[in-house]
Parts: sequence; structure tokens; C-alpha cells
Amino acid sequence: MPLQVDDLKVYYRTLRGDVRALDGVSFTVADGEIMGVVGESGCGKSTLGKALVRLDNRMKHVGGTVTVDGQTLPIADDRAMNRFRFTSVSIIPQYAMSALNPTRRIGRLVADLLDARGMSYAATRPELIRRLALVGLPETVLDNYPMELSGGMKQRVVLVLSTLRDPALLVADEVTSALDVSNQRAVAQTLVEFRDRGYVRGMLVVTHDISLVYQIADTIMVMYAGRLAEKAPSDAVVTEPLHPYTQLLIGALPEVGARFSERRLTGIPGRPPGLRNPPQGCRFRARCPLAVDKCAEQPPFVEVAENHHVACWKAGS
Amino acid sequence: MLRLDQVSKTFRLGAFGSRELTAVKDVSLTVGPGEVVSLIGESGSGKTTIGRMALGLATPTKGRITFDGVPVSGLRGRASHGYHRQVQGVFQDPFSTFNPVFKADRVFTLVRDGFFGSVPAARWRQKVEAALHGVRLEPADVLDKYPHQLSGGQLQRMLIARALLLDIRLLVADEIISMLDASTRIDVLNLLGELKATGLGVLFVTHDLALGTYISDRTVILRAGEVVEAGPTETVFTNPSHEYTRDLLAAVPHLHRRWDEPVK
Repeated sequence: MPLQVDDLKVYYRTLRGDVRALDGVSFTVADGEIMGVVGESGCGKSTLGKALVRLDNRMKHVGGTVTVDGQTLPIADDRAMNRFRFTSVSIIPQYAMSALNPTRRIGRLVADLLDARGMSYAATRPELIRRLALVGLPETVLDNYPMELSGGMKQRVVLVLSTLRDPALLVADEVTSALDVSNQRAVAQTLVEFRDRGYVRGMLVVTHDISLVYQIADTIMVMYAGRLAEKAPSDAVVTEPLHPYTQLLIGALPEVGARFSERRLTGIPGRPPGLRNPPQGCRFRARCPLAVDKCAEQPPFVEVAENHHVACWKAGS
Repeated sequence: MLRLDQVSKTFRLGAFGSRELTAVKDVSLTVGPGEVVSLIGESGSGKTTIGRMALGLATPTKGRITFDGVPVSGLRGRASHGYHRQVQGVFQDPFSTFNPVFKADRVFTLVRDGFFGSVPAARWRQKVEAALHGVRLEPADVLDKYPHQLSGGQLQRMLIARALLLDIRLLVADEIISMLDASTRIDVLNLLGELKATGLGVLFVTHDLALGTYISDRTVILRAGEVVEAGPTETVFTNPSHEYTRDLLAAVPHLHRRWDEPVK
């Protein structure tokens, strides 16, 4: 199993106390599984993705474990993590387009990167070129500066770089959000192709775009205010969501062809709770149309149907 | 109201302007009162350039842009000031629109300094609050706060409220919802729908066809600066006549249909 996360808690340190961005999250990613992680801004989805690879200096590992291929990652220890980065866990960061050093040609940049990892550029180059071809990039991009490439091309270069050592787990954080529809489709399909070819064994695709992740993911995990709300095979999440939050989120998406004048969609009223002092019980309670007294108690994240987990007292009953 | 006649825009590239790039080529379109026109295209299709020209931020190389018959380009001083009282733009990234050093409500103060110097402070505050209610924001939540304390959706709605303070007739909305969450997106779109009912014309620039259809009356599809297809939104989406439009439509991620499944 490429990834197992148990009760992971990561807080952000601020002057006015801890922000509980990730507050007890447990799940697994199976071999060859692409898992989509969706939710509103501030739900903790990016924090989850980053926590698996690198905690920045504001982030604090409070509890829980992350296991990749049976090995526990020392996620709180930045230096000890170095051994795992790039080889067992890798990330395509949210702003991959600006992740490339503008003053270096792509080839030089890759050489530096491999050098830092004790690998030979000359020996890796044939494989690198093969993979670039796979994502539709010619060998000549290695002689280009990042500014000479379009956003979609840069995104694909970063994808190839992050997966060059065949990591067990790849975290793709909002990789398609800045691209237009045709590039979006190309990049998303490349992710699937890399999985199919075994370059990556498990993938977490973090995005706010459910319709996009539905195209490529096997499982979709919905997060809300630092916790898991629902996790199920992607068809189940889209066609029969059980958590009221998932239902409202899907109801807010316009299909091509939906018209304001004919059928008005509605957003979710209210805002997510602040995570400095999150409310007791179910965190969606204040915005939930189905909320009852029982919701003052935290609902457990339980399996209500095969592979369908949900954290709601109303679901499955 | 807004009318573009055979508008082209050429940029000079390279150290001595030796190369030319035609960003927009012979584009004609109109936006009437109470009409939402979607301008849809990929990155680099010239859609943002058209928006900038409509706002008078860039001058067309060829062709004419008029608003109520008055040419837009080359407006200077008082005339430009008057134009921007009627036509305003809201852009993609609300985070970079605000200066992080100042409080976010400074955008309102600047409007007052520029256009409403004679309005007494109390009246002005009422006006600001009314505009904020108009975009469904609670004044207490957003006034007297710094940009980093507000969410993207709040900032974006503040910018729309700012535009509304001026009693504008045309809004150029350039990718205003691509940075927002699904639920906030639909709120902002519904807001545009309501404003449209009050007679506001909107030039809605986007790369997202689903969002474009939801709100617009007419759709213009651009590729490499040229209009490939234009017409009533219904027709363009249900019966696209150009192959490029069909390709674009096929690339949109749908919620109940995968890319490789055939269209029902």
C-alpha cells in the first residue's frame, strides 16, 4: 500500500494560537489508486498534500503517522525527510508554473536537481527525454528557459521532473487550475498515463474542481474544515453523495448547458468555521440544512457502504 | 452600447520590436444594456486584450471601439474619467488587485476621492454599505480589514461592489471567478445575473465554457485572436458549427460523463 495516514494532525502556528488546518485525518491509498482530494479553500486539502512531503516552518506536526510502503515517514523532521523525498514521496506544488528557476535552462535545472540527489544527468537523460516525449514535449525544451514555455508546457515539465525517480506517492496540488480547458485535459490525462505506466504507484490529486477530478480519479475524498467528510469511489461521490456538504457542493456546479434563466443553482450559504477555535461536534453543522441536536457531537468517519466512508450522523441511517 | 468594429491589436516583440504578434484580429462584437456576452477562448486567444481595449487600457491598432457612439480609445483626462464612471473592470486575481499595505476598503475611499468628493462622509458610508449588501457581503465582515484577512470570494465581491458604487452601465469581468471556490463561484455568477436584470451590460471573459453558458445571452468563441464562432449561447452550445468549438466543448470536464465516454 503506497500510503497510509493515521489520525494526522498538522496545525499552523500563529501569534494568536494554533490554526487546526488538519485535525485528525485517516485514510489509505491503494496500489495504483488515484485519489482526488476536494473541498473549499481553507478546508485543509493543500495542507494535507504538503504535510506528506514537506512541512514549512509555520506548520507543526501535532500527531498521527504517515506510512509509505510500510515505512513511517519522519514528517516532523525536515532533514530526515530528505531521504524519502523525490524517491518515495514527491509533489507537484500548487504554483508549479513558477517553480522553475527562471535564470536556468530546463536541462541545466534538471542537471542541478539530479546532482543534488547524487544522480548522473548523462545517465538519466535518455529516460528524461523519453518521458518528455510522452507528455508531448520535444527534446529541445531542455535548451529553453522557463519563460519560453507556455503554462501547460511548464506544468508538464514539472510533472516529468517530480516523477523521474518513480516515487511511490505523488501529490499533485491544483495542477490544472491555472490552465485552460484543452491543456487541463492534456495534463490530467498525463497523470493517468503515468500511473498506468507505473511511474507513480499512488496519487493524491488535490483540487477544488470536482468535475475535473471525477474524470481521472478512482476515489474522491471530500474535506471540510480540516476533517474528512466523505470518501468513496468517484462515481458514488458524484451520483449518490451521502454527506450534506458533498451534496451541496455538487449542486453548486454548473453543467455545460445549465442556464441561469432556466434553473438557478445555489451556493452553500455561510462560510466555513475559523479553525483557530473550531466548533465542537460536526464542523459543518452551522451551514447544514439537516443539522439536529446530535450534531453537537463529532460524527465518526465510518464505512456505511462498501468503500463508502462518511462522517455524518444522518448518513446511512 | 459597447461596439467593437473590426478591431485588431498588434504587439511588437523582441529587443527592437522586430517581430509582430497579432493578439486580436478583426474582431467585431456588441454588448447591449442588460446583456451578458461571454468571450471564450484558450490562453493566448486575445480575450483579455479585448477586455483591456474595451476599458480603454490599451488602444487598438486598427478598427474602432465605441461606447454609445463615442470612440473609447484616446480618451484623455476628463473624458476618460467620465467613461470610467460608466464602464469598469474586475480582474482575475483579487489578491494582487489589492495593495497589501493598505486596508482593503481603501478601494472604496479611492472611488470617493476620484468621483464623489462632495458626498458627505455619512452618506458615503451608507452608499458603501448598500453596495456591499448588493454583493451580499456583511459590511462589518469586510470593512476595516487588511486584504490577507479576507477570503478570495470576499475580495472579489468587494471589487464588484466598488464597480457598482459608480452606477456603471458596463462591466468587463475578466476571469473573475476562476480563482474562487465552486460555491462562491455560483454566488458571484448569480449576482451578475441579478445585476443584468437591472440593465447592466457585462462582457464576461472566461475560459470555462460551463460558467460561460450559465450566465450569458450571447457567446463569442475566440481562437488566436480571431472570432471562430459567435451567436446566441443556446445555439453555440447545442449546435456548434465550428470544429474548434466542438473540440473545446469536448475538453470540458463534465460531472456525470467521462472524457472518453461518447456524448449522449
